[in-house]
Amino acid sequence: MSYIVTTQTRASSVSAIAGILLILMLIALPFFAGRGTIQDMFFILTMLTLAQFWNLLAGYGGLVSIGQQAFVGAGAYALFALVILGGFDPVLAVALAGFAALAIAVPTAFFAFRLNGAYFAIGTWVIAEVVRLIASQWKSLGGGTGTSLPRDATRDMWFVEMIEETLGVRSAAARDILAYWIALVLALVTIGGIYWLLRTRRGLALAAVRDNIEAAKSVGVDAGRMKWMVFLTSAFGTGVAGALIYLQKARISPDAAFSVTDWTAYVIFIVVIGGIGTMEGPIIGVLVFFALQSLLADFGSWYLMTLGVLAISIMLVAPRGLWGLVSERTSLQLFPIQRRLRGGRLTTSEDQ
Amino acid sequence: MALLQTEGLTAHYGDFQALFGVDIELAEHETVAIIGANGAGKTTLMRSISGVLGNAPSAVRFDGVEIGTLPAEDIVSQGVAMVPEGRKLFPSLSVEENLLIGTYGRKTRGHWNLETIYELFPILSERRHNPGMALSGGQQQMVAIGRALMSNPRVLLCDEISLGLAPVVIKDIYDAVPKIKQAGASLIVVEQDIAQALAVADRVYCMMEGRITLTGTPDSLSRDAIYDAYFGASQ
Amino acid sequence: MIWVDTIIQGILLGGLYALFAAGLSLVFGIMRLVNLAHGDLIVMGAYLILLLVTLLGLPPFLAAVVAMPLMFCIGWCLQKFLLNRTLGDDILPPLLVTFGLSVALQNALLEGFSADSQRLPTDVLTTASIQAGPISLGVMPLLTFASAVLVIVGLNQLFYRTELGRAFRATSDDATTASLMGIKTANIFATATGIALVIVTVAALYLGLRANFDPNIGPARLIYAFEAVIIGGLGSLWGTLAGGIIIGVAQTLGAAINPEWQILSGHIAFLLVLLVRPRGLFPRAHD
Repeated sequence: MSYIVTTQTRASSVSAIAGILLILMLIALPFFAGRGTIQDMFFILTMLTLAQFWNLLAGYGGLVSIGQQAFVGAGAYALFALVILGGFDPVLAVALAGFAALAIAVPTAFFAFRLNGAYFAIGTWVIAEVVRLIASQWKSLGGGTGTSLPRDATRDMWFVEMIEETLGVRSAAARDILAYWIALVLALVTIGGIYWLLRTRRGLALAAVRDNIEAAKSVGVDAGRMKWMVFLTSAFGTGVAGALIYLQKARISPDAAFSVTDWTAYVIFIVVIGGIGTMEGPIIGVLVFFALQSLLADFGSWYLMTLGVLAISIMLVAPRGLWGLVSERTSLQLFPIQRRLRGGRLTTSEDQ
Repeated sequence: MALLQTEGLTAHYGDFQALFGVDIELAEHETVAIIGANGAGKTTLMRSISGVLGNAPSAVRFDGVEIGTLPAEDIVSQGVAMVPEGRKLFPSLSVEENLLIGTYGRKTRGHWNLETIYELFPILSERRHNPGMALSGGQQQMVAIGRALMSNPRVLLCDEISLGLAPVVIKDIYDAVPKIKQAGASLIVVEQDIAQALAVADRVYCMMEGRITLTGTPDSLSRDAIYDAYFGASQ
Repeated sequence: MIWVDTIIQGILLGGLYALFAAGLSLVFGIMRLVNLAHGDLIVMGAYLILLLVTLLGLPPFLAAVVAMPLMFCIGWCLQKFLLNRTLGDDILPPLLVTFGLSVALQNALLEGFSADSQRLPTDVLTTASIQAGPISLGVMPLLTFASAVLVIVGLNQLFYRTELGRAFRATSDDATTASLMGIKTANIFATATGIALVIVTVAALYLGLRANFDPNIGPARLIYAFEAVIIGGLGSLWGTLAGGIIIGVAQTLGAAINPEWQILSGHIAFLLVLLVRPRGLFPRAHD
């Protein structure tokens, strides 16, 4: 009886090839694109990373957090502390910043896991507020008003000189290119890592916990451990992304780094618009979000109001988002995680 | 003309089909029993008639009116009340409040009110201010029946009212059925206990795997016929 | 003596937080819905009162009374036509829809009223204080606290003495069975949210009379309200008052030590209670 269990679809094979081409193009982008494009792409990639991690939490883990800004802020503050107070190189500090977010995430989970559903959501928000208020007491990083990264730290950053020479650009542009490449790596590792996770046994367990926690427990899935794993993974990745975002901004303040609008509301809208609980959703969502922002950013509060109304409508009319609409009509899957049987033939016990 | 009638009634839970074209009839002043094993679809049938599950408009007719698509709350006001399986008393309400909920938001005329319910089940009068859930199983069942009667229904649907109760208690509960009939209601009684069903009903429907497999008056049905309709002929 | 004074001020402040929280508690108790736009609805109420004060020249208290039926209708429609559609086993739709509503409402207020902070006009009475021995009690905080107690007494009467309250409790216990008894649960939910917004109007009145407000302060009010509800135990109205008082006292004590610690101390008190009593101080027996 020869059969194989596979998750591959024809579309996914085609998309894998297209994906590789796209990645090569993105790597090469700084060689032919201007600084404005690089900055836009940096924004898209970092928001995509944040969205993928929130989607892992809420869409796959069923943990609706409104406190992701705690980890963005923690990562960002860790970067500034490591560079300003510790004298670390910023590139290294970005990587280490994830651990600061992790350090915040452990007590957060300890408290927030005592709350269920909607109360978990507000609980994470309260803790993010606590972290923000504590950060604004951190006098050596500027207290409530914040501080900037010292010029010489960013000028002498690893790889910057190399990029300046290779691409023949000025130091400021080289820093943007470096940040872009790191953001690209981070986004790819995030997407690849989450995709890998969902295809493993743990991914199956995760889906089982989300769909029916009692049934999952009864077949031996450790639901508590799954929640911890997802929460800590998301916090780490969100922290690294936060540090990277503030490496590029080079200026921090508690209100900005712990902004619920910038780091959680936007991210939720991206995921909901694109399609929650899918890998493709955040990608579609971030592109729509960027387009809307380019079109409407000048209108200030009208823009946010539109986003809010759009998210409400999508949740009511098409709860699986834009990607849900696409895949319902075409059954297209770029990141297939469903397991299919191929080859062999279906038999019942009586045949054997 | 039948007072209540289902015609080609089907029901689904997701992909699972629970009822396959069920036709039953209930005449005015009649008591009909529906018997069948666990999972035969009896409770699903009750939920479909009472509006918890949606149907095609013509699948359920009451007094000549199509009520298949009406929501549960409208079906009660039409005059079809249900005693749900498992009693389903409201834990935060006292016995009397549970009864009063039966008439929420409307005035009904008829035999049944707090006073006559307490006459029917005198024990409830003593315990009127206790929380509903503090009562014994049998007493809770009395509250559930009383709560449904408070709306003075023309049809009373009773889903497994003897379930989990001791024989003495079951007798007390079924003693109320003639009085309920006398006051003018027609009844559909879902029962797993065949003897009990045959004793109380004018007519019996037997269900198996979502279909009606047998119907007739209690004295026209042989034990073997019922047994076959209940468990399937091959066994 | 200064500490006694601080604690009393904290208790009175707790009345304001209980007012913020009572509507949230009511709605959660009946339909297990957490409305993330609750804080923004309070702010919207304050602007509505302000509008009535400036356009019609009404005194704030009268303006609030006029605003109440309006707010009831807004709440009723909001629940009936929007939030009812999100109720179900999945927790995502209500959370994300109310979060979207929060952002949309906040920015609509910004668009309509600008980011400038506003305040409801106060008169002699509202700025007066009563001298009780060495302690001076503001009339406004006293009024706020009294209103909170009145609102909670009123809600309890409604719940346990009226036919509507009975339907609220029945629907909260088991909505399906309630509908079998002829209760239109969709309307019950709408009425509950309507009443919640009437309470929100009371909260908005004191919010606007006691301090400046602007469109951005909603989320913080939501958080205080949420903390009070959790500390008190879900579904317990007196517990919500106790929760509000704990947050209020923690905040004034924190502020007495260092003004920058006011908000932080409230949050920390909340986390401590969560640590010791995860289900709150007065949890409901069955849930």
